[in-house]
Amino acid sequence: MQALVIVAHGSHLNPDSSTPTYDHADTIREVGAFDEVRTGFWKEEPSIREVLRTVESDEVYVVPLFISEGYFTEQVIPRELRLDGWDVADWDSDGLSATHVTLPAGDVPEKTVHYCGPVGTHEAMTDVIVRRAESVTEDPDVGDGFGLAVVGHGTERNENSAKAIEYHAQRVRDMDRFDEVQALYMDEDPEVDDVTDYFDADDIVVVPLFVADGFHTQEDIPEDMGLTDDYRTGYDVPTEVDGHRIWYAGAVGTEGLMADVVLERAADAGADIGDALEVVRERTRKTPMAGD
Amino acid sequence: MADYIDALVDAAADGDGVSLDGLHVARTGDGYRLETPSAERDGLSESALSDALSDFDEYATNWFFWSRVVGESSPQRRAFLRWVEGADAEDQSVPARYDALRDGIEREWGQLHVTVTLDDDGQRHYELRHVNEADREHDDLDTYHEPLAARQLATYDEKGRYRPLKSGNNLAGGWVFPDLDGRDLVETVETFYPASVPNWYREREGTLDVEHWVDTIGRQTGMYSVVKTWNRGDGHEHVDWVAESCCDDSQCVKRREWQYDDETDLDVDGGDGAFPCREPCSLVIAASRKWTRLEGENTQTYEFELTPSEKEQLEAIVDAVADDRTDDIREADVYEGANRYRARFLRAKLFDDDGNLCGVPTEDES
Repeated sequence: MQALVIVAHGSHLNPDSSTPTYDHADTIREVGAFDEVRTGFWKEEPSIREVLRTVESDEVYVVPLFISEGYFTEQVIPRELRLDGWDVADWDSDGLSATHVTLPAGDVPEKTVHYCGPVGTHEAMTDVIVRRAESVTEDPDVGDGFGLAVVGHGTERNENSAKAIEYHAQRVRDMDRFDEVQALYMDEDPEVDDVTDYFDADDIVVVPLFVADGFHTQEDIPEDMGLTDDYRTGYDVPTEVDGHRIWYAGAVGTEGLMADVVLERAADAGADIGDALEVVRERTRKTPMAGD
Repeated sequence: MADYIDALVDAAADGDGVSLDGLHVARTGDGYRLETPSAERDGLSESALSDALSDFDEYATNWFFWSRVVGESSPQRRAFLRWVEGADAEDQSVPARYDALRDGIEREWGQLHVTVTLDDDGQRHYELRHVNEADREHDDLDTYHEPLAARQLATYDEKGRYRPLKSGNNLAGGWVFPDLDGRDLVETVETFYPASVPNWYREREGTLDVEHWVDTIGRQTGMYSVVKTWNRGDGHEHVDWVAESCCDDSQCVKRREWQYDDETDLDVDGGDGAFPCREPCSLVIAASRKWTRLEGENTQTYEFELTPSEKEQLEAIVDAVADDRTDDIREADVYEGANRYRARFLRAKLFDDDGNLCGVPTEDES
């Protein structure tokens, strides 16, 4: 038997924080690629400390629903899972390239744990950003005449955070689909506050590279970009700012296609998932393909 | 012949035979031997064994349920389901247990109320609802069948507020899972109270990995590593206060098993919960981080002038907040110190424009 365990941050204050984790777990559960799909959280229950004992399967694939490599993926999660012999050097990562390690876990010594890199640095994440743009514009071919901004925290807390933003921005740029692509940050230049300064295109899709909607994506960024003076009153999509139309997408992690990246991570680590990737890609599409 | 008897006869032919809850069936030198607490039969042919088992139908369906339906694939699920119907009680025979099952055997698990009943084939049916609604009619409750429906039911309390702690003693009611099988019962229970079954099972097996306060805060890093500094080698009164604040049965349905350290128990009771709490949870750690900072302050002497009733009113307000009673105090019940008008009067009279009690600044301005 094989199990998928999605681990995420969760929140004591915001019930929406864990919603994407549950949604993606449900999507994967429905395609039946794993005998079990479980979730574990830093701030909710089951805790990451106890999640492995809720699993029956002997092969366990743990995928962190985090955006970048750093404190949580390198220290907190391996410690709480009690991964025996964990050494971050085994990931041999440049900050973007962690794939997986296979280790025993002290809590469940009879099981084999495949600890995967975070979803945010997987190349398939680029497709989720584009899918998010399609969803928010309700246009499966969005790109022509549009700019795309990928928004992240910046390096203040974690230098790898900016690496992931740049990485995906460059990959979207290489698709040659949008007129312009720009990485923007909350706490450093180029700042998301000045989003309209960085684009010539009339229409700009703004996709924050965050796992869940919360304080940053629902309050900070909309106010910083001038979509609204007060996040509580909401904003239109699109909203006109300085002569541009801003299509604000909210956290990329809420996009259904994120389930695909979780599956990719587990498959890269050796999970047998059959045709689940194809099924999930289709099931999570909200905008009809041309000709449908 | 019923399938369960065929299965039992097949199993009896293998190795050591069948042995469960007082039923023993095995192949011997001269045929099969069947034994229950009330009967012994020897030298049975296979067909005679089948006939004989028909006379002990309850033993046979009981064996089938535990061996073939529940099985051994998850020892913790099996143990929990056996606990629900008291199957491991040594002083009760299978027929007596079946009598009780026909009426329904009830168990409580945190704020969950489980009732297990039996159908004619010996299959168990589990009903799950809020413990405060054990006597309510089904029609008064919303009906659910999928274990994961419990996720939403566990997210908000009766007043619609987010429940950050699944084991908080504030589970909302209004729902019933009227007919779950054993697997789905455990899934549903585990959705309401994640990891409660495995931790309970480990405790029964004597392998629960309790991690005490000192161990748990010792492994914290980052923003929570500061909690270590709260222990200053002068006793554990501060941790007693934490446990009294957060872990009391009125707040959390788990039974706190963690103590200050390996050798030092806390002075407050761990509670009577059905399942254990093995270490300070993330909520306790997050609150303790705040308390570590607050408790780093030195006391100061302030001088306030209050009437005796005003002093008592301040105490009543703290009590009302601590017991989550503020919403229960009626708007016009001015006899309650924590009544809104009473509190507003106190503020109007005693606070200055900067919100200082009796005009006394928090920091010494001299």
